[in-house]
Amino acid sequence: MFDETIAEARRQVEICNACRYCEGYCDVFPALMRLRDHDDGDIVQLANLCHNCRGCYYACQYVPPHEFAINLPAVLAEVRVESWERHAWPRRFARLFQRNGVAVAGLLIVAIALLLLMAQAVPSASGEDFYAVLSHGTMVALFLPAFVLPLVSVAVSLRRYWAEIGGGPLRPTDVLRAASDSMRLRNLSGGQGQGCNFEAEDRFSNRRRRFHQAMLWGFLLCFASTASGTVLHYGFGLEAPYGFWSLPKLLGVPGGVLLVIGCSGLAWLKTQADASLGAVFAWGGEMAFVLLLGLTGLTGLALYASASTTALPVLLAIHLGTVLAFFLLLPFSKMTHAFYRLAALTADASARR
Amino acid sequence: MTEDWDVIVIGGGNAALCAAIEAAESGARVLILESAPKVYRGGNSRHTRNFRCMHDGPLSVLTDSYGEDEYFDDLLRVTKGETDETLARLVIRSSEDCLPWMEAHGVRFQPSLSGTLSLGRTNAFFLGGGKALVNAYYATAEDLGIAVRYDTEVTHVTIEGDRFTGVRVRGPDGVADIAGRAAVIAAGGFQGDIDWLADAWGPAARNFLIRGTPYNRGVVLRDMLDQGAISVGDPTQCHAVAIDGRASKFDGGIVTRLDCVPFSVVVNKDGQRFYDEGEDVWPKRYAIWGRLVAAQPGQVAYAIIDSRSLDLFMPSVFPPENADTLEGLATKFGLPPEAVRDTIDRFNAACRDGPFHPTDLDGLTTQGIAPAKTNWARPITEPPFYGYSLRTGVTFTYLGLKVDKSARVSGPKGRYDNIWAAGETMAGSILGQGYLAGFGMTIGTVFGRIAGQEAAAHVR
Repeated sequence: MFDETIAEARRQVEICNACRYCEGYCDVFPALMRLRDHDDGDIVQLANLCHNCRGCYYACQYVPPHEFAINLPAVLAEVRVESWERHAWPRRFARLFQRNGVAVAGLLIVAIALLLLMAQAVPSASGEDFYAVLSHGTMVALFLPAFVLPLVSVAVSLRRYWAEIGGGPLRPTDVLRAASDSMRLRNLSGGQGQGCNFEAEDRFSNRRRRFHQAMLWGFLLCFASTASGTVLHYGFGLEAPYGFWSLPKLLGVPGGVLLVIGCSGLAWLKTQADASLGAVFAWGGEMAFVLLLGLTGLTGLALYASASTTALPVLLAIHLGTVLAFFLLLPFSKMTHAFYRLAALTADASARR
Repeated sequence: MTEDWDVIVIGGGNAALCAAIEAAESGARVLILESAPKVYRGGNSRHTRNFRCMHDGPLSVLTDSYGEDEYFDDLLRVTKGETDETLARLVIRSSEDCLPWMEAHGVRFQPSLSGTLSLGRTNAFFLGGGKALVNAYYATAEDLGIAVRYDTEVTHVTIEGDRFTGVRVRGPDGVADIAGRAAVIAAGGFQGDIDWLADAWGPAARNFLIRGTPYNRGVVLRDMLDQGAISVGDPTQCHAVAIDGRASKFDGGIVTRLDCVPFSVVVNKDGQRFYDEGEDVWPKRYAIWGRLVAAQPGQVAYAIIDSRSLDLFMPSVFPPENADTLEGLATKFGLPPEAVRDTIDRFNAACRDGPFHPTDLDGLTTQGIAPAKTNWARPITEPPFYGYSLRTGVTFTYLGLKVDKSARVSGPKGRYDNIWAAGETMAGSILGQGYLAGFGMTIGTVFGRIAGQEAAAHVR
């Protein structure tokens, strides 16, 4: 199955290499043009470099029903998702959650239920606000492994990926360039800032790029908020709850808002876009993941708004359950694309050098 | 007749769209009739990639400058004088204003594509190629309220005296008559009609491949000629190049080009060489090879290289045939193995030592065989051996409608009142033979815009 997808991608890539009209859209085309023959690792690298902007599809004179039947965004999306599944550890989870929105929803329900149970079962020694519901120690005991183990899994996958694409030694300048490319989403610029062809067929738009940036920056702010809370807690003995003019809130509230806006926007765009230009089999899993990520932001904001109300215990369980599900799915959902994308951009920066 | 339009544009490629946009911006109600379905809209413009543009200094992506006289000299060289100087200079001079107009209407340019650096001064490349340009113009047309009907072929142009009154179409809803106050004909050439091509060129044309759209069947052109419209261009000729023989009958486009000939020995069906493969760099020879292959038995030829030359040219869409022996390769192609072996042996024996420079005319020539190979004559000795079949690929036909500098078409009694033409339909006036890269899009843009402006002025 995977071999077939790779073979089909290679067939298309070699037609692209004979045409080259799209070389100005993104990094994929210069990368494929650097080679005359594309082995499996090259194809997987191209697939992870592709941001699915779809500019090449709408510009292509060879799309179906033409006999060359080029649909590069779709076949690269399939190779991409399959490469994440193949390198995932343990592998069976990836296939389940990557493709299956219901499974994602199921895990979310289980996670929330678990937190509700814990909130009831584990007596909280002392503490204010939500530590009165679930003690800090309990939270750490749950979330430390739930955070670290998925990251270990991602690290294992990335090592496998790096070996498959034949990546060389890591250079800081390449990583920095990759980080900068992904922060700006340079590969969704259409090459000249006109954006991509996601939700309005051949018309260009920057909506997807902007929503993705809101989501990405929102996510990073939320992450920074949690990290700053940890520092305040352990470094300065300042425990939650924090007031609005504290670092965790100043980072977390705008972060949560951006995350909700970004995820809602991306989910909406996904309903407008032509699903056949992506990995059709993964649509449900991707959609569920975007909604889950948005939900972490939304429930976080709701939790903040519910401070000192009777809704707090339930909202806390829902929020923490959502975050738990998100962490556990890190290696097995669309989230994993962030790591692969960085790796692919790093490898490409190295190849361009 | 239930419909009545100001301007009916027949065709849906670059020239048609430029005309429609200009007419609509002048306030006309415009209908575009495109015979292709939406996915194949845009005629041969779909396969194009650049626009040859005069410019006084750096302009958009174009470097340096490219003056009118140099441009015209380039045109004279390829057409061998078969051009209308007044119209040609009009196109050349107008091209400089067209580029910003194109950008203002959604077209994006990019620096010269890799492998075409020699065109960086003279030709502005479309970001994403010709289909991206076509898409941009259709989006602009939609925003201007221009109506577009796909799958709608004009079968007859109704002319009463010198006046156009409407068209008869065959579309998804059957046959209909549509009235209009002016017409712009931008429906391309007739190369999609193989019978017509065979009538004009001879039966060999049945073995030709058509590089571009199958929808340029010349229906409107023939209808106009039957009604006495004045023609230009050699009716028997077409522009043809040598392409990969495995390309489909229609619509193979750019990827079927084969740049291997200068590094090859090319034999015909009988295993015999027939022309100097190394006469000049390939961009200056591919058109000649279209005719050379057309003159060979079965309209087919075979380019043979050895493993040393495989990476010297752009990758092609189909992988080459290969074999460890020349006889094996010949057998795969159905060629007489002994004849091929003998031809290559004689070629190899005629090769001389000397420096081999794949990117320049290296003067490495054969001695004592006819025809000679006058550059890149390196023996074919290192297995595996690779081969490509070559066939004649038709780009466009030269026969078209005669227009004046306002793009107006002439009929038996002088100019029609309200019929204009643009693009390949009238390009024969300016391109009597040969071709200049990116010039078809320039003719289409300049004359499309003129035709649209004139048609709109007429109906106002």
